Amino acid sequence: MAGNTLYGAGTGASRQHYLYRKGIEWLAWIGMLFCTGVTVFILLMILGYVLYQGASYINWEFLTALPLPAGETGGGIANALVGSAMVVVVATLMAVPIGVGAAIFVNEFPSAQLGRFVRFLAEVLTGVPSIVVGLFAYALVVRPLGSFSGLSGSVAYAFIMIPIILITAHEAFRLVPVSLREASLALGIPKWRTILWVVLPVSSRALLTGVVLAIARALGEAAPMLFTAFGNPFWNLNLKKPIATVPLLIYTYATGPYEDWHRKAWAASFVLLMVVLVTSVLTRVFLRGKSNE
Amino acid sequence: MSKEGYAVEGRQRDIDFHLPGNQPEMTPDETRLRVEELRAYYGKSLAVNNVTLSIKTKKVTAIIGPSGCGKSTFIRCLNRMHEVTPGARVEGKVLLDGGDLYGSGIDPVEVRRRVGMVFQKPNPFPTMSIYDNVAAGFKLNGSRDRRIIEDKVEKSLKMAALWEEVRSDLHKPGTSLSGGQQQRLCIARALAVDPEVLLMDEPCSALDPIATAKIEELIHELKDSVTIVIVTHNMQQAARVSDYTAFFYLGELVEFGATGDIFTTPEKRQTEDYITGRFG
Ligand SMILES: Nc1ncnc2c1ncn2[C@@H]1O[C@H](COP(=O)(O)OP(=O)(O)OP(=O)(O)O)[C@@H](O)[C@H]1O
Ligand SMILES: [Mg+2]
Repeated sequence: MAGNTLYGAGTGASRQHYLYRKGIEWLAWIGMLFCTGVTVFILLMILGYVLYQGASYINWEFLTALPLPAGETGGGIANALVGSAMVVVVATLMAVPIGVGAAIFVNEFPSAQLGRFVRFLAEVLTGVPSIVVGLFAYALVVRPLGSFSGLSGSVAYAFIMIPIILITAHEAFRLVPVSLREASLALGIPKWRTILWVVLPVSSRALLTGVVLAIARALGEAAPMLFTAFGNPFWNLNLKKPIATVPLLIYTYATGPYEDWHRKAWAASFVLLMVVLVTSVLTRVFLRGKSNE
Repeated sequence: MSKEGYAVEGRQRDIDFHLPGNQPEMTPDETRLRVEELRAYYGKSLAVNNVTLSIKTKKVTAIIGPSGCGKSTFIRCLNRMHEVTPGARVEGKVLLDGGDLYGSGIDPVEVRRRVGMVFQKPNPFPTMSIYDNVAAGFKLNGSRDRRIIEDKVEKSLKMAALWEEVRSDLHKPGTSLSGGQQQRLCIARALAVDPEVLLMDEPCSALDPIATAKIEELIHELKDSVTIVIVTHNMQQAARVSDYTAFFYLGELVEFGATGDIFTTPEKRQTEDYITGRFG
């Protein structure tokens, strides 16, 4: 009824204009629907295809056994799973303090120019190809230590993670209302404690999201591992020695000559994808739980 | 400029030996905060110009004036919060019991423990419980003894007239309270640090009349123990709660005196116009 008096009862011209606007709105809707559809479709395609190719190969043995010599069917990727986990955990331990610390610096340092410059550098760093990051870690860690190692892989992953963490953390800090900082400072709480007690907790959700994003990104990178972690067909829990990681294993298997290796590469891809998906979903669920407390 | 300063000064000295409007008392009021030729800048622009006045111990001083006249800037100078704003700068002196808050070697952190602040919008720490909000400032300089902290939290919440409403929900987030309760929580949080002076920047402007009445009642009770400076847009509120009133206009202190005098017989035309609602 109200709609009629608003639009329908107008003169012919305004009614026409109304229909025109309605038409544009519909077109815009259809356009957006299409774009959303494409995005969802691509994601489902990737998931579906990897699932189709890899899932049939996944069994307990694949997840828990060591690789068998080339050409033999059977065996698994347990060493690469553990290796990836170790390399990424150590990388996270390096990247989180550095990334968050730098974000605090960028946000708090009195010179806005220097802050903007560091932030700009971080943005450039996210764009550096991961193979270059791998080479850099090679020059920085592998050469001086004289051997490929899980540790050098962690350093390479950390380089990839730091700018991502820095940028998300900086955005998170910027969103902390000035009023909360001032509330803390006005109580005679020193600035560094204000950062620890007020700024960090208030932005903890966004920080965690950033860290998970960085982990997910690093977890799938094979290129930085080529000249660092290098890969290893055996069990190795020593980060000073070459170590197997899942993405590099996928690369090796996918480019190898054996049909069985190709199957294993798909299966390993599926595992990697699931780990990333599950981590993201769990983080989300955890954060939602936190917000309701 | 300095002429104005002296004029205000002269009037104030009179007051020292007069009975203040609301609170008849037989002794002259003691000065807790003495502001001398205070100027506050944002970058190059001058927001508070050459203000000189004395704030009396255990009295309520109201700061009134039209929007943008520098009231917030002025009271933020009294606990060194002004300099937190990037590019902001202060000149002049603020003497707390005779010691200059802007003297060399004075730590602003220390100043803010002695001069507390309550803001316009209630701003409890969202990640902390009611209990932790109140304990936040106290834990720093006080003891780590749980019992002492618990006592302090209870005492501060009682002083802020919030204890009865929250005593069974101390673990709930501070942000789960109503606006008025949040503001009293912020008052409790400030009181827990045992400030000698409490600055309040329009503490009721985000609250409904009932919550406002509660805060005003609270101010009446609090002035037995703390010196209060309150910025308000509400003339009636200034008249109700304060003993002294300062009228600011365009960054300058136009008139300062006992609230009764300012509201009944203002000396300056501008003051009268503002109070009677002719401008501002
Ligand atoms: N962060 C800032 N940067 C630059 N100028 C500012 C800043 N804050 C305030 N000012 C300026 O300083 C002057 C005084 O502002 P202030 O906030 O102290 O006024 P106020 O009396 O508290 O006003 P209101 O009653 O609206 O709260 C105004 O001209 C304002 O534009
Ligand atoms: Mg203000």
